[in-house]
Amino acid sequence: MAIIIDKNSRVLVTGLTGRIGSFHTQDMINHGTNVVGGVTPGKGGTKHNGLPVFNTVKGAVAETGADLVICFVPPPFAADSIMEAADAGITTCVCIADGIPASDMIKVKRYMRRYKAEKRMRLIGPNCAGIITPGQAFAGLMPPHIYKPGRVGIIGRSGTLGYEAASQMKERGIGVSTSVGIGGDPINGSSFRDILELFENDPDTDAVVMVGEIGGPQEAEAAAYIRDHMTKPVAAYIAGLSAPKGRRMGHAGAIVSAFGESAQEKVEILSEAGVTIVPTPSSFGEVVERMVA
Amino acid sequence: MDIHEFQAKELLKRFGVQVPRGGIAYSPEQAVYRASELSGDRWVVKAQIHSGARGKAGGVKICKNETEISEAAQWMLGRMLVTHQTGPQGKLVSRLYVEEATSIAQEIYLAFVMDRKEERVVVVASGQGGMEIEEISAQEPESIIRSVVDPAVGMQAFQAREIAFSLGLDAALIPQAVKTIIGCYRMMEETDANMVEINPLVVTTSGEIMALDAKVSFDDNALFRRPEISELRDKSQEDPRETFAGDRGLNYIGLDGQIGCIVNGAGLAMATLDMIKMAGGEPANFLDVGGGASPERVLMSFNAVLNDRNVEAILVNIFAGINRCDWIAEGVIRAVRELNLTLPLVVRLSGTNVEEGRKLIAESGLPILTADTLAEAADLVVRAWSDTKTTVKGAA
Repeated sequence: MAIIIDKNSRVLVTGLTGRIGSFHTQDMINHGTNVVGGVTPGKGGTKHNGLPVFNTVKGAVAETGADLVICFVPPPFAADSIMEAADAGITTCVCIADGIPASDMIKVKRYMRRYKAEKRMRLIGPNCAGIITPGQAFAGLMPPHIYKPGRVGIIGRSGTLGYEAASQMKERGIGVSTSVGIGGDPINGSSFRDILELFENDPDTDAVVMVGEIGGPQEAEAAAYIRDHMTKPVAAYIAGLSAPKGRRMGHAGAIVSAFGESAQEKVEILSEAGVTIVPTPSSFGEVVERMVA
Repeated sequence: MDIHEFQAKELLKRFGVQVPRGGIAYSPEQAVYRASELSGDRWVVKAQIHSGARGKAGGVKICKNETEISEAAQWMLGRMLVTHQTGPQGKLVSRLYVEEATSIAQEIYLAFVMDRKEERVVVVASGQGGMEIEEISAQEPESIIRSVVDPAVGMQAFQAREIAFSLGLDAALIPQAVKTIIGCYRMMEETDANMVEINPLVVTTSGEIMALDAKVSFDDNALFRRPEISELRDKSQEDPRETFAGDRGLNYIGLDGQIGCIVNGAGLAMATLDMIKMAGGEPANFLDVGGGASPERVLMSFNAVLNDRNVEAILVNIFAGINRCDWIAEGVIRAVRELNLTLPLVVRLSGTNVEEGRKLIAESGLPILTADTLAEAADLVVRAWSDTKTTVKGAA
């Protein structure tokens, strides 16, 4: 049944009535996603694109039984919206916003720890393209037609590089169980390690592709998990081999500030852990094909 | 966003951190006058640029009299000061900060950073001040003190005390040290700074704790709610190419090569630079046009890329998800026509409406090279660029 999202997920859209929220929600519905409603404070009781709108996430959960939130709220207000979802008993929140202040994310992460591990919301993102289980459902802004349903999981910081991986795989007849965008921010919800664990335990996933980049400790943390716990094969690409030290390359999180954070160091750490390295962004297809053969 | 030392010190002072007395000067005469306003018999003239390591580059001078102050100011003002952080082109010194000299008994390193592993603010301190933190962690790793702040309650006095005692400070200095450490933390929190580095924080021979230097940078994503911080921005310290692009809402980073890049998505843009380098070229820039790019935005991106005089070839690489290849193609065609582009141009389109986009380019009759994959596109642009080199040489 893949991971995190499937055709039975009851999806609630926060920031539904905005331009971006409206557009992508319609695309999600068109591709089979079970969207049950939206939240825009002050517009409760109205309908938007045929969906019921609620003032609060708690109110929406009570009426619709929603379990997954896709958050299209703009960056200045996104942290507040994530915490509201966490407090309303939502299982997973996917946050798209690019540009949330880092101090807000520190607060979000601290707030989520108020709940016991088994009741704690899973946060995906922010600054990500979302998640998709091809052929079933998606929450985000990816183009669903480039994904073929299948048995390889994808985890990526970058949206467009994740598209590269999925479409090159599709060209070779290889499908995706679930693709998860964990986002390009320095402080994010789920890490590579968190999602790797879900794929390791998912009977419908046979192998995993990681799309990493310079900056931060999460690729090295993933390498340790893969070495000690993963039985399924993993391939990884790391962007930023030519990035100058100390410069932030687009993503707020893509900046080398400590040892083990450069692309070269990450490639070395991952290959020592038994990960197959994807040497260029044009070779996802052939590397994955060889790996699953 | 970075700010100058004198701005950082002004902010710190507001949060109870002591700094030496000083003033700003724009000319040697003003520098001498500033010194005359301060007490003491020695003064420090400091170049105000957005960079550390100014001392080694000649940007910090201790002076004993008016002549020395005037000479130091003369030398610094108008100079492109080159430090190991500025790049070879250096940064323009248009302001000086003149301070009373401090007599130092002990130097301390104190920094507050957003730690990605802890996902919290971490305080890093060492009794080995004056050196850079990289040197300290290489030479005296056991001297480094770390303390993690719980964001729910903020920094507590006991944590500041623990740091102060670990630094080996005299008991009489502890209250001042605590005030300084908590002041820095409060400043970080209340201004949305993502780094505050005081190196050195000193104990003076008269028993005061003072910030002799201060480096502060702010979270760009939080500037919308910090208007008083946004006002501290000094565009003259930024790469003019980046200011030009940034003012037009483009995510652009200037690099040193000759191949201009227009890509959608930060990760794909980074990967594109890697591929150009692997193919034997050097990228001139990072540019992410973003999602849903209109033909106008593409045209604007060409303007930003061509604003860099070193650009000798251009690569456009788009994997359209929410973008549309036909819009991108339309923008590319308009750019070539309106800007009379004569440089080699390679376009790689993939994703939504790719057939329409490719058709538009093919039917335009313009000399645009196309490729199906990123690897092909990178090879093609590097080859086209080196061909222009050999042609020019042949002609000469």
